[in-house]
Amino acid sequence: MEVTELVVYGSILLLAAVGIWGILSRRNLIKLILSLTILQTAVNLLLVSVGYISGRSAPIVNGDTGLDGSPIGEIVDPLPQALVLTAIVIGLATTAIALIVAVGYYRSTGTLELKSWSYGPSNEKEVKK
Amino acid sequence: MMERYDIHRSIPAILLALLVAATIFYAFVEVGFGEAKVDEEGSVSNRFISNSTQETGSSNFVTAVVVNYRGFDTLGEVTVLFLASAGMGAIVSALPAGDKRKRPIPPSLILTAGTRLVLPLIILFGSYVFVHGHLSPGGGFQGGVIIASGLLLYLVIFPEWKAPHKALALSESLAGLSFAGIGIIGLAVGGIFLDNVISGLGEAGMLVSAGLIPLIYIAIGIKVGAEMTGLVARMKGGDA
Repeated sequence: MEVTELVVYGSILLLAAVGIWGILSRRNLIKLILSLTILQTAVNLLLVSVGYISGRSAPIVNGDTGLDGSPIGEIVDPLPQALVLTAIVIGLATTAIALIVAVGYYRSTGTLELKSWSYGPSNEKEVKK
Repeated sequence: MMERYDIHRSIPAILLALLVAATIFYAFVEVGFGEAKVDEEGSVSNRFISNSTQETGSSNFVTAVVVNYRGFDTLGEVTVLFLASAGMGAIVSALPAGDKRKRPIPPSLILTAGTRLVLPLIILFGSYVFVHGHLSPGGGFQGGVIIASGLLLYLVIFPEWKAPHKALALSESLAGLSFAGIGIIGLAVGGIFLDNVISGLGEAGMLVSAGLIPLIYIAIGIKVGAEMTGLVARMKGGDA
């Protein structure tokens, strides 16, 4: 396993783990949305890394590769990058909606903590406080 | 007691997170990081890389895929962004009024003068990015977001500024209409919706090339810039 692979997959796994842990354990709305965004970043990074080919350049032809010849063998896979571009835009749309719902929650309750929306044995006491 | 409660919820969360991370690792360790997977004949990427410069005239393969081969998908993507913007507007209008007691600290002269100096440059750079989407990294979405980031800076420094929501909605609608209109030109001339009918125009690698791709990306850039500015201005609340 090369160093690059270790660094890339390591950061993806770390981001995914942090995102899932944050979604499940945080009760602050901003932190929840932040965790969701971190998880999205991990997925996007994973998809882009699948298209990576070691030693090749960005999928743009220039003077070196020549516009007439086929650039096969010199550039990385452009398809995952195009798909991730779509995924980023959709992620942005969902984040925007989530944030405006958080604004509404704050305006009507005065807090960003999800106090009553939780489960577990200590839930009852929390609500009564 | 907050701490104990959080730990009580955190342990299953950590376990599940580690489980998911292990699953991802198990699934992708076989994929082969950095291996040349596109070189085989018949793969989709191979088809795009071999033919897209001749077919679309675009130097940027990602742009060729996003705007030309998957142009219909991008139209849907732009529609999702419009939906998010419209949905935010609908939610904001139903919200109770924001708390206006906290007055922001007035910004210093350096911030106001610097913002006035930098804002035109940011908008110029955003326009550069979306006009050159077929030649260099970037494109309509990226350029539009750069423009919106400049206006976010302006909104942070001048909180009293009221975003011209009507003008933003108008430019957004016109840009969206021109994207669909370009698609209908393709349908009328080439027989395929969003067909790149003038792809042979100009020399590949020059600004005037790639046919309809730069026009579509300019429309997307204006649309995304206007939409994102509207989103950010609505997020500020109050008058929005």
